[in-house]
Amino acid sequence: MNWYAIKAIYLSELHRSWRTPLQSIASPVLSTSLYFIVFGSAIGSAMTEIGGVSYGAFIIPGLIMLMILTESTSNASFGIYMPKWSGAIYEVLSAPVSAFEIVVGYVGAAATKSIILAMLILLTAKLFVDYSILHPLWMLLFLVLTCITFSMLGFILGVVADGFEKLQVIPLMVVTPLAFLGGTFYSISMLPEFWQKVTLFNPVVYLVSGFRWSFYGTADVSMTLSLVMISTFLIMFMVFIWWIFKTGYKVKV
Amino acid sequence: MENHIIDVRNLSKKYPSGFHALKQVNLQIKRGEIFALLGPNGAGKTTLISIICGLVNVDEGQVVVGGFDVVKQYRQARKQIGLVPQELAIDVFAFVWNTMVFSRGVFGKPRDDAYLEEILKALSLWDKRHAKIQFLSGGMKRRVLIAKALAHEPEVLFLDEPTAGVDVELRRDMWRLVEKLRQRGTTIILTTHYIEEAEEIADRIGIINHGEILLVENKQDLMKKLGRKQLILQLQHPITQLPDELNGFVLQLGENGKTLTYDYVDNQPTNHVTEVLAAIHRSGIELSDVQTKQSTLEQIFVSLVEDSK
Ligand SMILES: Nc1ncnc2c1ncn2[C@@H]1O[C@H](COP(=O)(O)OP(=O)(O)O)[C@@H](O)[C@H]1O
Ligand SMILES: [Mg+2]
Repeated sequence: MNWYAIKAIYLSELHRSWRTPLQSIASPVLSTSLYFIVFGSAIGSAMTEIGGVSYGAFIIPGLIMLMILTESTSNASFGIYMPKWSGAIYEVLSAPVSAFEIVVGYVGAAATKSIILAMLILLTAKLFVDYSILHPLWMLLFLVLTCITFSMLGFILGVVADGFEKLQVIPLMVVTPLAFLGGTFYSISMLPEFWQKVTLFNPVVYLVSGFRWSFYGTADVSMTLSLVMISTFLIMFMVFIWWIFKTGYKVKV
Repeated sequence: MENHIIDVRNLSKKYPSGFHALKQVNLQIKRGEIFALLGPNGAGKTTLISIICGLVNVDEGQVVVGGFDVVKQYRQARKQIGLVPQELAIDVFAFVWNTMVFSRGVFGKPRDDAYLEEILKALSLWDKRHAKIQFLSGGMKRRVLIAKALAHEPEVLFLDEPTAGVDVELRRDMWRLVEKLRQRGTTIILTTHYIEEAEEIADRIGIINHGEILLVENKQDLMKKLGRKQLILQLQHPITQLPDELNGFVLQLGENGKTLTYDYVDNQPTNHVTEVLAAIHRSGIELSDVQTKQSTLEQIFVSLVEDSK
């Protein structure tokens, strides 16, 4: 195991975020906080409680999910796409590192950044909304698994994409809509019966539901099912990355 | 320790486009030498280097670096190699110092700030260590690429067209550094399509064209070919055959009977130039002009490349 290499990739990727603190930290924290202000404090007071939880508190886990899904995906995809685009990737590809070490470095850094953002948002939310976390360890587990999973998705996109536009398409056109429709702002039990069934095909439902369970102990689907689903995505993306490196797909000719 | 630090055996490469970039290449690089790979654009120089460095997959054949197969034992093989790419491929938003720390780390070496400082100083980059690469000139960016390639103390350094579009000062600094590295025992392989460059610093020269190695020779031996000269004599009156006085010398009579050419080696006491001229004088042949022509490396190169078409 080339630990020095993992450390080098990991730190330089984290460092990349500190280079643009406004864009990579302030902006996601601010835009998520706007939701707390609008839905938590302003409109939230006029909304009924959902499952015994105030609306402002109800949306916190979903909003954090929404943010980490898009941030992890776009961050990890840029992290690997940029050096591919500039050609600087030659250095990592000619270094004595395995595909596994490369992935741990890049995905680990993107996931770390998302976890830090999630923590910052949790702290910011305290300013506007009164909430508590029932199962903090489960909360952390869901958070970490989700950040890693979607950073892997981002890594895959970054490797496969052959243009900046394609890089943006999946986060904007797939991840964001799924996150919005995945129960961020509502409990799926509030939907008509038909749409409740359809919604179950949305993978984000399981992530939001499990995460919200760790906060308030209430969930749309069972917490075990959520855990199984998130683990399944994790393994799916892992296998896909393994396949990319095994076949050299879009990496080497 | 084996004699050859790099051993390329029957290496062939066909790009997915179907283009045959390397054809059965065999090449051995000696430990500690400076080797110049000379060839026109598109000859396959970058492809060959990229395969040795692990950037392009091997199709057929084998490459061994310091006794390690570049595919099966890629870790040990790649640890020994530093690569300065042809293009200015670098993260322009990074800072010089950070990118150096990154390079050393990614090649599996523990941090060594004193060593990195030494390299940056040798390349006149020390003052720029806190600069964002974006704001450096093209020449400075190339220096950074060289510094990065040396960050992990490689045994072998590849310089892919190091002087293309480079100013005189950097060129001079680069050759000074190459000399210093050679004294430390680093093997250096550079590609170029400038013949003078190969002449200037290489111990051995390999010529490649259309994915084939046409020739690999010591520079001295090439210089001997380089030192090969022709004495061309223009005659006042055409002759049909060589007079008896000139028997024993290898002289060629031109088609019109008005030129005689004699091949000889420059600066050699045994080249018989005096004797040939004396014999001509004795034979009574009258000359209208005397000319000598040098066959340059350029000519050798051009004729080799022409032949391989
Ligand atoms: N990725 C690639 N796909 C297809 N052809 C390529 C690729 N890379 C290089 N080539 C072709 O292979 C030949 C050799 O290229 P290269 O090794 O870069 O030559 P050199 O470095 O000697 O100029 C060129 O004709 C080039 O067009
Ligand atoms: Mg080239």
